[in-house]
Amino acid sequence: MDIFLVEAIVNGILLGGILALLALGLNLIFGVIDVVWIAYAELVMCGMYAIYWLYAVHGVPLPIAAPIAIVFVAILGVLVHKLIISPILGSAPINQLLATGGLLFFLQSFATLLFGADFRNIGLRLPIVEVGELFVSFARLLAFGVALLGMLGLWLFLKRTYVGTAIRAIAQDREIMVLMGVDPSRVYLITSALGGGLAGLASALLVLQYDVHPFIGLSFGPITFMICVLGGLGSMVGGFIAAFIMSQIISVGGFYTSIELSYVLAFLLFIVMIFVRPQGLFGVKS
Amino acid sequence: MKPGWILLGLALLLPPFLPISDYTLHIIILVLLWAFVYTSWTVMGRFGLVSLGHGAFLGLGTYTTALLWNHYGLSPWLGLPLGVIVAVAVALVIGYPCSRLKVVGHYFALVTLALTEVVRLSIVAWRDVTGGSLGMTPNTVPPNSFEAMQFTRFTWYWVALAAWAIGLYVWHRVDRSMTRAAMDAISDDETAAAAVGIDVTRQKLAVTTISAAMTAVGGALIGQYQMYLNPETMAGVGVSLQIVFAAISGGMYVILGPTVGAVLTIVLQEFLRILFGTRFIGAAATIYGIMLILFIIFMPTGICGVIVDKLRKRRA
Amino acid sequence: MLEVAGLEAGYGGFRALHDIALTVEAGEAVAVVGPNGAGKTTLMRAISGLLAPRAGRVVFEGTDLAAVPPHRIVERGIAHVPENRRLFPRLTVEENLKMGAFSPAARPHFAERLEWVYSLFPRMRERRAQVAGTMSGGEQQMCAIGRALMSKPKLLLMDEPSAGLAPVIVDQVFDLVRRIRQEGFTVLIVEQNVRQVLELVDRAYVLEVGTIRKSGTAAALKSDPAIREAYLGI
Repeated sequence: MDIFLVEAIVNGILLGGILALLALGLNLIFGVIDVVWIAYAELVMCGMYAIYWLYAVHGVPLPIAAPIAIVFVAILGVLVHKLIISPILGSAPINQLLATGGLLFFLQSFATLLFGADFRNIGLRLPIVEVGELFVSFARLLAFGVALLGMLGLWLFLKRTYVGTAIRAIAQDREIMVLMGVDPSRVYLITSALGGGLAGLASALLVLQYDVHPFIGLSFGPITFMICVLGGLGSMVGGFIAAFIMSQIISVGGFYTSIELSYVLAFLLFIVMIFVRPQGLFGVKS
Repeated sequence: MKPGWILLGLALLLPPFLPISDYTLHIIILVLLWAFVYTSWTVMGRFGLVSLGHGAFLGLGTYTTALLWNHYGLSPWLGLPLGVIVAVAVALVIGYPCSRLKVVGHYFALVTLALTEVVRLSIVAWRDVTGGSLGMTPNTVPPNSFEAMQFTRFTWYWVALAAWAIGLYVWHRVDRSMTRAAMDAISDDETAAAAVGIDVTRQKLAVTTISAAMTAVGGALIGQYQMYLNPETMAGVGVSLQIVFAAISGGMYVILGPTVGAVLTIVLQEFLRILFGTRFIGAAATIYGIMLILFIIFMPTGICGVIVDKLRKRRA
Repeated sequence: MLEVAGLEAGYGGFRALHDIALTVEAGEAVAVVGPNGAGKTTLMRAISGLLAPRAGRVVFEGTDLAAVPPHRIVERGIAHVPENRRLFPRLTVEENLKMGAFSPAARPHFAERLEWVYSLFPRMRERRAQVAGTMSGGEQQMCAIGRALMSKPKLLLMDEPSAGLAPVIVDQVFDLVRRIRQEGFTVLIVEQNVRQVLELVDRAYVLEVGTIRKSGTAAALKSDPAIREAYLGI
């Protein structure tokens, strides 16, 4: 097989890890609060800028800057819920989606205001790992590994703890949570913090590989929504698998055509899927 | 209402003859053209069909027109209708399954979002022909060439005014052609609508087609007026959201709502841009973003919606 | 233990209950019976906090529950087995039971209570890792009751535990309820299956069109001619 094709497949798998992490965060919020955070990828952008600012501008070492960024984005997540979503929790779902769309504009332009529209990078060059004839970027390997660990951590949290179980339960029957002694608004806040934290983790991984600019969210925000829906909203396993399907389409498709056309292919697949199997690949038909 | 409309019409005949700057006239033309696009969006948006994909129709309209002119020398007067046909075809391909399979709410928003990204990315990918993300400029001919649809600003004012007026007329006709009850039924409860004999699929497709066609016309006109096309500003998520927000902040259930939205957003943007100048790039859009959020939280029916509500209460 | 007075509740413009007065003493089993749509489920929901009453009082052990946030009512000792069981269909049996022990007071006792629920319902132990939505109706009812017991309630509210089950299973469910009584729980049960429930409880209230029409001991109601005609088909 063509070595470059193998490389494309490997890179697709590595990209899939991060996309899965992002989709998981979005899926969590979607499943629990029943809201689409259109600005989810913009939270990632905020985290990337936070790390850039701490590390490249103020010289804070990365192992310290990254956790700070994760906490920062988690707090942003809580603020998004408190300030934007919870006042309109009772109104039409589409209004909630649009309100976070306003947030998207706000975050993009606020980032432009603070940092300008230039591409910035943290100026850290990680080595290339050579496996046989294959060249793989260490940053991507690291990102993949950490993303998997992050997801494992989340899975354990959701599986083992009371709050985690409540987070899974609330998506299945919102109303009776009260009978269990669960305060839904608290679960929403915790979920928002978790979703934000996952975006923060993703930002720490992405900043190793990509330049940050105010509009970077647009390059992986839409694909994240598509992955969530493709996997079946609320189905975390589905989102995980869908992330790898989409990342292969992008990576291998990009190898044969161009990166834009591979995204076109991914989006077309999404549209067709909605028509053929609206509950997603692994979703439960309601 | 009648005398009000006549007054408004007469007032709108004046601007080109007033001693206003070229810049002011330019802003008025932009407001009219975008108001036309926003009005087009509400033709379907008010039925609960919240499309995040109107950037697709805008892009198809404008790029089809400009590409045919640049590469085949086909006059925009022919290119524009072809652009409309392309946009309508795409709208039907997406809209038919959506209405048959009852793809609504979030799902509808995401399908249309995917669509607009497909159009944007296709334009970028086809960079040899479209200029990709650098954008493209229609080949210029001496100014005020009727064949190339390249006019002076004075003429453009009348074109924009006509487009806007036609947009309002179409909105009004759509409003009249369906009873209030049928309309509410479609957006609120499809099963109920079907039960009282409303062909939901057909009605939805009809408004989708009209809306897409109008948006394509708007796109083509804006492209011809600005003489510059860019996939980021004429297709894709960014412009789609811009359309939705302007329409909602003005009020999508009132005929002049989208126009008010256009005035508000464009004048505000320009005002903030001049206020902050180039010292604070992004400041204008930051404030705009905050206002959008506040609008959706506190005024979901838009400025006109709130005004109409107040008037109704006073009368009652 | 529980005292309901002047209770009015409803949904939107619809008044489902009015002027309800009802008491349950510690150790008692009390039934609320009545035709479909009489407001029985609404009554249960108003007691457990799923629905805020419009007027009147629900007093539990001397505390007016209006002052207690709904999600705190279970801590006070009221557990509600809702109509149609309402398990979390994609959680396992054990996870469903875990949700029953969510409140801070119950968490430290999770292991011992799980053991206790499994000893009450050995079937649940067999199914502990099974996804709840895939079980039979009777098993789901067991699981729902088990989930409510995990909070070790002082008062157990049961809303139509026999609904939608095959006759054989209905008998089993009533056996379950009987065993729970023997364990010493105070029970307030809503049932359509009047004949069987009257065999089980000490007292009963008859709820019709949103208001209490009759009340008395199970024995007295069983011999009441009107009740016999309307509910027992005799």
